[in-house]
Amino acid sequence: MATDVGGLSAAGVTVRNLHRSFNRSGGVLNGLDLDIAPGEFVALIGRSGSGKSTLLRALAGLDRDVEGYGRISVPEQVSVVFQDSRLLPWKRLLANVTFGLEGRDAAERGLRALTEVGLAGRESAWPAELSGGQQQRAALARSLVREPQLLLADEPFGALDALTRLQMHELLRKLCAVHRPAVLLVTHDVDEAIVLADRVILLDGGVVATDLRIDLAQRSQADPGFAGLRHQLLDALGATGEHLGSDFIAPGQRRAS
Amino acid sequence: MTSTALDRAVVAEEPTRDDVRVVRRQLGPGPRIRFAFWIGPALLLAIWVVGSLTGFIAAQVLTAPWDVVKEFGDQWSNHDLLGNITASLGRVCYGLALGTAAGFALALVSGLSRLGEAVIDGPIQIKRAIPTLALIPLFVAWFGIGEQMKIITIALISMIPIYINTHNGLRGIDGRYAELAETLDIRRGTFLRHVVLPGALPGFLLGLRFAVTSAMLGLVVVEQYNSLSGIGHMMTLAQEYGQTSVIVVGLVLYGLYGFLADAAVRLVERKALSWRRTLEG
Ligand SMILES: Nc1ncnc2c1ncn2[C@@H]1O[C@H](COP(=O)(O)OP(=O)(O)OP(=O)(O)O)[C@@H](O)[C@H]1O
Ligand SMILES: [Mg+2]
Repeated sequence: MATDVGGLSAAGVTVRNLHRSFNRSGGVLNGLDLDIAPGEFVALIGRSGSGKSTLLRALAGLDRDVEGYGRISVPEQVSVVFQDSRLLPWKRLLANVTFGLEGRDAAERGLRALTEVGLAGRESAWPAELSGGQQQRAALARSLVREPQLLLADEPFGALDALTRLQMHELLRKLCAVHRPAVLLVTHDVDEAIVLADRVILLDGGVVATDLRIDLAQRSQADPGFAGLRHQLLDALGATGEHLGSDFIAPGQRRAS
Repeated sequence: MTSTALDRAVVAEEPTRDDVRVVRRQLGPGPRIRFAFWIGPALLLAIWVVGSLTGFIAAQVLTAPWDVVKEFGDQWSNHDLLGNITASLGRVCYGLALGTAAGFALALVSGLSRLGEAVIDGPIQIKRAIPTLALIPLFVAWFGIGEQMKIITIALISMIPIYINTHNGLRGIDGRYAELAETLDIRRGTFLRHVVLPGALPGFLLGLRFAVTSAMLGLVVVEQYNSLSGIGHMMTLAQEYGQTSVIVVGLVLYGLYGFLADAAVRLVERKALSWRRTLEG
C-alpha cells in the first residue's frame, strides 16, 4: 500500500488516479488526485456519502477488501483518530495511550502526551469514567505519542458540543504547531475547516472538486476574509439554496416527475 | 468585634443542609447489599432447622441438621471423610482444569481462524447435542472404570460451556478495536493479549460458571461407578445400609462445593471485570 510514487515524497502524501467502488452501480472515488505536503493541514469537506471516509480509510490502509485501483504513497508513521475515541474499555487511560508502544520510556512518553492534551493526573482512570471530550482528547494523545508524520482524522469532533469543540480546535492547532504532522481532517463543519486548515478541499463526484488555500491573517471568524471563504465553500457544497442534493424535497412539496 | 459576632451568626445558621432532590423510580437492582451472597443459603438453613425442630420435616424425610453434624463428625473420625472429600475434590479439579484448558484453546482457534472454525465448531455442536452422561457406557468400555474415565467425563462435560461462551465472547468483540489495532501497527501477539483475551474474558468467565456446575454434575454421576473413595462412594455405601444421614452429609458437601466454586468464579469475575459498569454495580 505504501508504495512510493517516483520516490520523491518522503513525508508527504501523494495520491494518483484513485478509484474505489463498493458496487457495480458506480465508483465512490473516480480518479482522485491529491498531494499533501509535509506539515500541511488539509481539511476535507463534502456532502454526506461523497466518499470522504472512503478516501481516509484508503490512506489509512484499512480498505483491503474494497474494489479499486490507483497509487497511494503515505509516510511511514500514520496515526488515525476516529469519530469515536475507540479507547479499549478494559485498559486504563495511560495503557490505552501507550498501547502498542515499545521501549522503556513508553510510559513516560504517554504521560507527557496526556499532559499535552490536558489530562494529566487521569492516567489511571477507566475510559468509561471520562466525558466524551476527554475521551477524544485521550484518543488524540494516543495518536500523537507515536509522533506521526501524517495524522488522519475522520470527524473527530463530530460528537462534541460546540464549546468543547472550540477547545479541541485550539488544542489541535497547538499540538500541530508543536509536532508538525501533515493532517487530513474530515469534517462536516465548513467553519471548522476554515479556522483550522491551511487548505480546504471539497470532494464531489469522486474527485477533488475544489481546492482552496486559506490565507487568513487571523484564524477566526473575525477575519474579514472569513465570510467570503465560507460563502464560497458553502456554495460549492450546494448548501445555499436551490440544489440541496437531488434527494432533497422541500417541506410541503411533492417530488416533480 | 462586630465581625466576629457576624461570623458566629453565620456559623450558627450553617447546619441546615436541606437535601431536596427529584429522584426517579429505580429500575435497576440498586446498590449492592453486603453479604447478600449468604442470605439465600442462610435462609434455606434456617428453614431446615426450624422445620426439623417443629417436626414439620420428619426425620425419615430429611435428617435434622444437628444429626447431620453428628454424622459428619462420625464419618470424619471413623470413616476417613477427609480422604473422601479430597478424592472428590481432586477429580473435579483435575477434570475441570482439563476441560477449561481444552475448551478455551478450541474456542481461541475456532474464534480467530476461519479454517479453525470450519474444522472445530461442527464437531463441538454435535458433541453438545449428545449428553455426556449418555457417553459414559462408551467411556467405561474405552477407559475402564478407573480414575481416567471419571476425569475424562468431567473434562468433557465442562469443556462445552467454556467453548460455547468463550467463542461467543470472541466473536462479540467489536471489530472497530481490530481496526484500531491495525492502525497502531500492533503485532499479532500483542493484539491477542491486549484485545482478544480481555474482550473474550466476560464470555469465558460466564462459561466457567456453567462449567463448574457441569463438573459437579459429572462428578456425582461418575462416582456412582465403582468408586473406592470420594463422596459418591460414601453415599453409595450409605444407600446400601439405609443410612439417610450419611447421604445428607454427602448432599450438603456437594452443595457446598458448588456454592463455593461459583462464589469463587464470581469474585474473580468482579475483580477482573472491574472496568465494566453494568447492573452488577
Ligand atoms: N462498507 C461499505 N459497503 C458498501 N458501501 C459503502 C461502504 N462504505 C461506504 N459505502 C458507500 O460509499 C459511499 C461513500 O461513503 P463514505 O463513508 O466515504 O461517505 P462520507 O463522505 O464519509 O459520508 P459522511 O459524511 O456521511 O460520513 C456512500 O454512498 C456509501 O453508501
Ligand atoms: Mg464519513
